[in-house]
Amino acid sequence: MTTLMTTLTNTPEPRGAVRAAAAIATRRGADGRTVLATLRSDPPLTLRQTGATRVHLVSTGAGPLGGDRLHLDLDVAPGTTLDVRSVAATLVLPGPDGETSRTSIEARVGAGATLRFTPEPTVLAAGCSHHLVVRLSLAEDASVLWREEIVFGRHGERPGRCHARFDATRGGRPLLRQEFVVGDPEIDGSPAVYGDARCVGSVFTTASLHGRGDGWAALPLAAGGTLVSALARDAVELRRRLSVVET
Amino acid sequence: MNASMNAALLLLTDSRLPAGGHAHSGGAEEAVRTGAVTGPDDLARLLRGRLATAGRVAAALAAAACAHALTTNDDWRELDAEADARTASPAQRDASRTQGRLLVRSARRIWPSSALDALTTALPGGAHHPVALGAVAAAAGCTPSDAALAAAYQAVTGPATAAVRLLGLDPVTVHRLLADLAPELDAMARTPATADWADLPAHAAPALDLLAEGHVHNPLKLFVS
Repeated sequence: MTTLMTTLTNTPEPRGAVRAAAAIATRRGADGRTVLATLRSDPPLTLRQTGATRVHLVSTGAGPLGGDRLHLDLDVAPGTTLDVRSVAATLVLPGPDGETSRTSIEARVGAGATLRFTPEPTVLAAGCSHHLVVRLSLAEDASVLWREEIVFGRHGERPGRCHARFDATRGGRPLLRQEFVVGDPEIDGSPAVYGDARCVGSVFTTASLHGRGDGWAALPLAAGGTLVSALARDAVELRRRLSVVET
Repeated sequence: MNASMNAALLLLTDSRLPAGGHAHSGGAEEAVRTGAVTGPDDLARLLRGRLATAGRVAAALAAAACAHALTTNDDWRELDAEADARTASPAQRDASRTQGRLLVRSARRIWPSSALDALTTALPGGAHHPVALGAVAAAAGCTPSDAALAAAYQAVTGPATAAVRLLGLDPVTVHRLLADLAPELDAMARTPATADWADLPAHAAPALDLLAEGHVHNPLKLFVS
């Protein structure tokens, strides 16, 4: 968690709102191996290839800040593999005008392709207002592992507001649709919603899993695949609870 | 809204309607067992959180189902699949389908309709409860807005009644908690319809999911869910 701590103690420079659209696309090479056909950074979304099929998101700027519009497009061609990670946690900060920041991720995973998306957590700083939208479209036999971790404020801090929506479909049929809303203390602290947790996380995977433990459960979905859902007091505990499916 | 529709809505949400709802605590029993709910204050937070998440989703699905029953009345499996995709917990899916099946079984004798026949044919194992409730609401003469209100109302009244029994709470105190939620319930009934089912609300309640999965493994439970 060293990277997380480093990010959180940095004080961002003031700047205006940005619009950025980054993209990764794979294609199947002549020898059958995955080729990263597109790797398009758009600061502050900067992408670095760190392995044959691995890409790290390297944030080259604070944020997202209120007013930012960030988009990441992932296109995993049939029969290829893509592994996306991030170097550090994402710290969502308020902008100068109280506007909402918006991050959208659109991912298409082709037949027989594999996508692993395991970034570091999203930390909601006090006063932020964030909208995160993920749309994941899978071909029938695509494999996916997609992790999402939301931390309610830095240490000792009340979080700002966040609305996250995740939609996964396979062949156009819904697999999982879920929204997390954070930032209304009356709802956040409900024993029905997050209780006394300070983080919420989930791993969506096309693998079939079951089991449960303290603060987590692997939930087999109706249309196939599994949602591992976890609540925790801190990011380290959250990661441990979600790690039941980590390789 | 005319008077007969009001009567239909009252009959639909009457806890004496024999549809098996009394057997479900909506997570309240496990919340009591684990100590997450010990009294009226915790219960108030449980109900408010449940309404904002599971209640909101159920209200939207019920309104969509009611509107669907009043119009095309086909492709019930498609709407039911949207309910499936919004219910990650297998224990909650089972409880939802059981309640949906029992509701439709009773309702077909009370309010016979082609919508309920079509729903039963499409989903012989039982539709998800909000989908069933919306179709039954249409059969009873209610509007989609009524269906949303009924679903939101039942999302909190079931756990509230269960908590009275489980904790020996004062029923008047608990009814006061429900009265406090009336503005939120009314607001859910006014939520505009969503044209595309894919865009319906999908608010997750992770703690309820964990409670539901824990409840399944409690051999001494009084409630089914």
